[in-house]
Amino acid sequence: MSQRWIRIVKTPVGLVGLSLLALIVLLAVFAPILWGDKASVVDTENLLAGPSAQHWFGTDNLGRDLFFRVLVATRLSLTLTLVATALGTVIGLVLGTAPELLGGRLGRLVTALVNVFVAFPGLLLVLVFAVIFGVGARGAVLAIGLAVAPGLARLCQTLVAGVTGLEYVAAARITGVNRFRIMARHVLPNVAEPLIVNVTITAGAILLSFAGLSFLGLGVQAPEYDWGRLMQDGLSGIFVHPLAALGPGIMVVLAGLAFNLTGEAIAGVFGISTPTGTGTLRVPTDETPVTDIPHDHAADGDLVLDVRDLSVTFPGANGPVRPVRGVSFGIAAGEAVGVVGESGSGKSLTALSIAGLVEEPASIDARHLTFCGTDLLEEPASGQTRDTLLGTSLAVVFQDPMTSFNPTMRIGAQLAEVGRHHQGLDRKKASARAVDRLRAVRVRDPERRARQYPFEFSGGMRQRAMIGMGLMGSPRLIIADEPTTALDVTVQSQVLALLQDVRREEGAALLLISHDVSVVADVCDRVLVMYAGRIVEDLPTADLRTRARHPYTRALVAAVPAMTTDIDTPLATIPGHPVEPAQVPVGCAYAARCPLATVRCREQDPTLTAGPGGSRVACWHADEPADVLTAEEALA
Amino acid sequence: MTTLTPAAAPPRSVPKPQGRLGGRWTRFALRRTGRLLVSLWVLVTVSFLMIHLVPGDPVRAALGMTAPTELVEAKRQALGLNDPLLTQYVHYLGNLLHGDLGESITTQLPVSETISQRLPATASLAVLAFLVAIAVAVPLGVTVAVATRRGRRRRTELAFAGGSVVLGAIPDFLVGVALVAVFAVGLGWFPVAGRTDASSYVLPVLALAIGPAAVLARIVRVEMLAVLETDYVRTARAKRLPARRIYLRHALPNAVTATLTLGGMLLASMVAGTVLVENVFSWPGLGSTIVQSIVTKDYPVVQGTVLVYGLGVLVINTLVDVALAVLDPRSTIGEL
Repeated sequence: MSQRWIRIVKTPVGLVGLSLLALIVLLAVFAPILWGDKASVVDTENLLAGPSAQHWFGTDNLGRDLFFRVLVATRLSLTLTLVATALGTVIGLVLGTAPELLGGRLGRLVTALVNVFVAFPGLLLVLVFAVIFGVGARGAVLAIGLAVAPGLARLCQTLVAGVTGLEYVAAARITGVNRFRIMARHVLPNVAEPLIVNVTITAGAILLSFAGLSFLGLGVQAPEYDWGRLMQDGLSGIFVHPLAALGPGIMVVLAGLAFNLTGEAIAGVFGISTPTGTGTLRVPTDETPVTDIPHDHAADGDLVLDVRDLSVTFPGANGPVRPVRGVSFGIAAGEAVGVVGESGSGKSLTALSIAGLVEEPASIDARHLTFCGTDLLEEPASGQTRDTLLGTSLAVVFQDPMTSFNPTMRIGAQLAEVGRHHQGLDRKKASARAVDRLRAVRVRDPERRARQYPFEFSGGMRQRAMIGMGLMGSPRLIIADEPTTALDVTVQSQVLALLQDVRREEGAALLLISHDVSVVADVCDRVLVMYAGRIVEDLPTADLRTRARHPYTRALVAAVPAMTTDIDTPLATIPGHPVEPAQVPVGCAYAARCPLATVRCREQDPTLTAGPGGSRVACWHADEPADVLTAEEALA
Repeated sequence: MTTLTPAAAPPRSVPKPQGRLGGRWTRFALRRTGRLLVSLWVLVTVSFLMIHLVPGDPVRAALGMTAPTELVEAKRQALGLNDPLLTQYVHYLGNLLHGDLGESITTQLPVSETISQRLPATASLAVLAFLVAIAVAVPLGVTVAVATRRGRRRRTELAFAGGSVVLGAIPDFLVGVALVAVFAVGLGWFPVAGRTDASSYVLPVLALAIGPAAVLARIVRVEMLAVLETDYVRTARAKRLPARRIYLRHALPNAVTATLTLGGMLLASMVAGTVLVENVFSWPGLGSTIVQSIVTKDYPVVQGTVLVYGLGVLVINTLVDVALAVLDPRSTIGEL
């Protein structure tokens, strides 16, 4: 506990809050003793005087020094605050624990009543109670104490409800410990910390309420005075010198802040978890751009997408991190290209950066990046034209259909806005097109479905709608980033089949990102295998199982169990771990896990080199036979 | 940042698809109306009981110790205070339904008349202050969120955070006093007190609006920042919509959900805040009336004004819930 308090003082907020609080407590204790006389000396020579060297805040209508009166008033202001806080807390605790202790109907009634009262602002409750308890300091304490009780009661209820569901409380209940004992021994100690924080912040609010009530003339009555009372007295003289009203006001704000900041600081420290120390990350030292051999497509005019030397860089704590390091490939019209690789290989990031969805602080570099012949790197003369091209010709299907739709818009409207903004359709035509597109992706009863919200759709339905959204225009390329990862296995195949159909009907090319080799093998014409932010192999899917040349590709393929795989043999795995983007080694990134690795692999980075039949591979030992390790062997 | 690891999505609780849309809305309307009625009943009952919970004889307290006993007795008779409590309660409810709030002990004027005279001053103050707070807070919060997201413009962010915390922590009547000191007394730009022409509105409206606007702007910014990082905003970007549409149509309604919930509470406290601010500016509204009548123990007037204030708060709470339901249809599936 003491350690925690030291931590609170160490935060700037906590330091300021606790210092202010200490100052106010000191003033409350000593100010009346030290300056009580000075604050009550009547000086008829100086009635309602402005600030002077003698009277810093000026004087009141009896010539009493206002600066000292403000200091002396600290004790009464603070005392009233603390008494009302104690009262409110006790009542709040009683009301807050009542539902649990009483249970049944009576408990629910208390909950309901507290809920009704919480809806009314505190000041209104204060006024009602002030009527009942009468004008004056005592009435004000009761009124404010009662007025804050519902809020604290509700908080207490919520906290208690959170703890009573826990197992050790249930265990105590089963063993027959009575409710009051459970509450005192098991529940309350566990909700103490958030309660303390909130009571502290409430105390700040109470202090302000007292100032307000006394300011209205309903709180402390003359000859006694607190800060609010002094403000009220000062308000009438605001023409003569504003400091008479503002001086006590400044103290009110400072004292209120003292409680607030202290509460916030305690909350911050109680909620804190020490971050575990992370080892220093090494950034690849060779900054020379690594150039893939340009892919070998006869006519670049046929390419829907042409990417050369694409890199994505993030600023890191220890220098820039580059999860995508010089990727080059092209996609021909209507072609389906798969990208496979383990988590962190940079495949999703490659897709997102092509779609222009990678944001600051990441930065994208490429030597060449065109989509349908339009340069995406160049700052366009007209952003609108390019947005329309991308908005209608490039469709993106995201990984998680549950979060990729706007929860506050109807599905139909989310589709229709593409038509409205990029195709010049009016509202009606855009809606009709949206319904038509939903039908095209085989959503049943599309008219009704279009009017529904995303939360009324299942995951598979949402992914269909997402594909339908891409079909609002006439897509030349569909980028699908793990489109089936978040779906049930049975739905997966339906969505993949739909993607295939759509591609065939629209003549669109497909860039399918997946960590699942078999999915890519089923759907795509060509596969790009990525490792550590690079393409390590580019080959036709037909060759994947039999003619893969890179040891990593072969290991990936071997790791996929086939229907014919003997269930008694251990599954093949790739030993070791993928490379962290911040710790890419010199030489071939795969060397540490590669059964064929030699000294050369650890020193020199192989470039992606074109081989027979337009395929490409980046390996010093391409085509050399390698045994695939089984899990058992890898462990050994 | 975009995730590098296509890890399997964490399991989410998916609300069951509802049957017909109409059914959900009907249930929401019923639930909400029920809550409103219960709150109304509590409000009316509290305002009725208030006068009976005052220790001693409220009429004696109002008329003073020197008042002749016959007068007090006559007044008690007139107020029906000698009847059994239940009779009085039924009577009170009946009168309320006819818009009869009784009459003032001190001025003999019908309370409803006083209220209808003074309500416009208070209502216009609260509504204007609310509009100003929203008009400042939402664009400010959105702009700062867009300008400072992803760690851009650190200084703007710090200035905004510091300024809004301090402004939000100062109670409205203190802001009022400071505004009077600077702009009315010091610079003489606006009248010190009273409700005369449009210029007399400026300071009280500002006094009421500044604190809530600061708090709201902070909430809007935090919510916007969170929403701008969501997948569905990325989807909107993928659709190449104009930036304005992404921020205002896709992001803002989702940020508004939490903003409105807290904003509704702020608004309700703003209504109550008129009591203090009116007293700073000698504003001829209900706030001045309620304080005066508490001091003079004019209980029928207190009861009437408390009812009006409470009703105002209930109306605001209901409107906020309806607005929430329209903006975010998920909120219609609440357990409350």
